[in-house]
Amino acid sequence: MTFPSSPDSLLVIVPALNEEAAIGGVVAEIRQHVPGVPVLVIDDCSSDTTIAVARQAGAQVLPLPHHLGLGGCVQAGYKLAYELGFQYVIRVDGDGQHDARDIPRVFEKLKTTGCEMVIGSRFVADNGSRTGAVRSLGIRFFRLVLRPVLGKTVHDPTSGFVGVNRRALNVFRQSFPLEYPEIEALVVLQRRRFRFEEVPCKMRPRTTGRSTITALKSLYYVVHVLLGVFVNVLKFDRRLRRAQRERGAGG
Amino acid sequence: MDRLLNVTTGLSVILLVMVLISVRRAHIRVEYSVSWLLAAAAMLILSRAHSLLNAVRNLIGLPDSPLTLFLLAGGVFLIMFFRFSIIISHLRDDNIALAQRVAILEYHLQNLRSHENQEA
Repeated sequence: MTFPSSPDSLLVIVPALNEEAAIGGVVAEIRQHVPGVPVLVIDDCSSDTTIAVARQAGAQVLPLPHHLGLGGCVQAGYKLAYELGFQYVIRVDGDGQHDARDIPRVFEKLKTTGCEMVIGSRFVADNGSRTGAVRSLGIRFFRLVLRPVLGKTVHDPTSGFVGVNRRALNVFRQSFPLEYPEIEALVVLQRRRFRFEEVPCKMRPRTTGRSTITALKSLYYVVHVLLGVFVNVLKFDRRLRRAQRERGAGG
Repeated sequence: MDRLLNVTTGLSVILLVMVLISVRRAHIRVEYSVSWLLAAAAMLILSRAHSLLNAVRNLIGLPDSPLTLFLLAGGVFLIMFFRFSIIISHLRDDNIALAQRVAILEYHLQNLRSHENQEA
């Protein structure tokens, strides 16, 4: 992958851990629907043949030296994309649940609205996507919690199908939540007065592997994410108050 | 009560010896051993110096000395665990940043090598 020359340069990143069964299809599908766009698979130290399968399918691979978790994995991709000079990055999960046909729509929204983040949402319009009862309950809960924090409703706060522009990349390469990053990342952006939009996307049921969020981890997930949201709100509000005080003292 | 204080003395001595052996074998770095050594020494002194322990007990207003000793020890260890949590968090952040940098540098290196091979 070389330094991009186009002002609309796009990189698709795919975080993956032990996805040898799905990754080849995911990369091939992305290359089919957004031809000419480089695909970067970030391998979170898989113990199977994910790296080889991804390379064979035509992706560039960024192998991590040891397991960093989803946030560390995605942030490594953001850091490399920023260093290489890409203007836009779209993240697609490596398990094949995201439909690559939706990538152009996310990219178009990023370019036309100028907002910092676009979320591929399962629920912004009824597009036939279905999710489990517990997960659905969790999403509704976080929708309620996030509404006053973000100042607008986010229909699918846990979606991993996310596009960002270079301004957001610059923020995320420096600071990105390490575990369950989707919801906290939204708060981080909103506190910097960045904007986000949602576009309707389809999500397919997982055909291979297992979700990292098991029933037992669900409670930990809720507590962890709530704490992350709370800490981010406090952190940025304090910074804002300090900046206002300094402006007041200076003026 | 004396038996309880004797047990505390024994535990303090064991902790002191364990920490010193660990430092000697480089299993624990000196800067992280200091707080353990101080905690063990404080427990040892308090369990042997009854007058000092009684003074502390009166100061806090607790009914008996062993309870005072164990409360103090518990408090000290809680603070130490919290301090180590902070250190571990910093180390984890540094470790993640380092791993990401290594991965990115290796990626650039691979690209350079493949360009060189193509040119050759």
